[in-house]
Amino acid sequence: MCVALPGRVTELNGTKATVDFSGNIVEAEAGLVKVKVGDRVLVHAGCIIQTMSDAEADELEELFMEIEDL
Amino acid sequence: MSKLEEIKEQLKNYDGEDLRFMEVCGTHTAAISENGIPNLLSPKIHLISGPGCPVCVTVTAVIDKLTELSLTENTTVLTFGDLIRVKGSKMSLADARAAGGSVEMLYSPMDAVKMAKNNPDRNYVFAAIGFETTTPVYAMVLENAIEADVHNLKLLTSLKTMPEVIRWVCKNTNNVDGFIAPGHVSVITGSDLFKELSEETGLPFAVAGFEGAGLLTAIYALVKMKGHSGIKNLYKSAVSEKGNEEAAKAIDKFFEPCDASWRGMGMIPGSGMRLKAEYAEYDAGSYGLDEDHMPPGCSCSRVLTGEISPDECPLFGKKCTPEDAHGACMVSTEGSCYNYYVSGRKKR
Repeated sequence: MCVALPGRVTELNGTKATVDFSGNIVEAEAGLVKVKVGDRVLVHAGCIIQTMSDAEADELEELFMEIEDL
Repeated sequence: MSKLEEIKEQLKNYDGEDLRFMEVCGTHTAAISENGIPNLLSPKIHLISGPGCPVCVTVTAVIDKLTELSLTENTTVLTFGDLIRVKGSKMSLADARAAGGSVEMLYSPMDAVKMAKNNPDRNYVFAAIGFETTTPVYAMVLENAIEADVHNLKLLTSLKTMPEVIRWVCKNTNNVDGFIAPGHVSVITGSDLFKELSEETGLPFAVAGFEGAGLLTAIYALVKMKGHSGIKNLYKSAVSEKGNEEAAKAIDKFFEPCDASWRGMGMIPGSGMRLKAEYAEYDAGSYGLDEDHMPPGCSCSRVLTGEISPDECPLFGKKCTPEDAHGACMVSTEGSCYNYYVSGRKKR
């Protein structure tokens, strides 16, 4: 049911969103979170469950900062 | 050396006491296999799959009820993918469909409302299985059905929640040194859900995403935190401390906690969600569906709790394969048996 990695919203029509997963285009419901065209989103069971920060490039750096104190 | 290289080197060369970390989420099980993570770890670090694949933990009484409904006149059962091939005590939904039953697979949950609205004389039953991540989706379906004045769509619920089953695993198996907390459940609940569990069990939890680097970092964090409680959120791009509060509100509106029966584990108090009494007209008969019949020789129960590795089941790869699955763990793409089989993963 889960799509593990985020896709990007390319179109929005009411609560219907079109999401691009690296070229694989799917329709998803946007009723559970506020989304706009261009957002990176997580989709679960045909619904967008989260929008993600856009700083994809910084994610690894953030990850390593989080474990610095270990 | 980059930080990631350093993490990989430390995990590969770890030579302390044996450690067992459980990934609770089925999508993590799949991501761990796809990324070849076990091969990057020292033989002293063991990853075990937990009870987080929703299809795998659904008891046969629920499947039996769904097959019965699908064979009932003027009734269609709606379901997401994997459930259709899971066997009940007699047959699967796919078998029921071959025998003339009406079963439709959905991609978009809102199609359920559309179908019911377009066919007002037909009854539709949506198989509502899943964890905290999926429950708001069913809440949204109900919200839409009520708004559209649809009364011929009901849910057969077998909804589960994480905290009590994690407590159950800690209490009954005592073989876990830390948890990779479920990423998408955490998106909805927030990472705070695991704080109390960590303090109570004295075990570390790492919330992780689904990419290789994130998973390796989570395992590294668990190794460093071994023997202590503590929580690390390593999926901050999607998981906040409090979670998706809109989704939580949607759940609270329609559902309330209940006891739930788990495949292979039996009844676990407070580990499920059911429709609130005021929405009883949308329930398709979910109460009391607790019985579970494992096929002879099937070790799903011991696999789901991490007691044995999938390839230690006597049926694995012989009588039980993805093409002819005996147990639910071999059916679902999130199931641990399925993932061990397709990736060639072995107990280490």
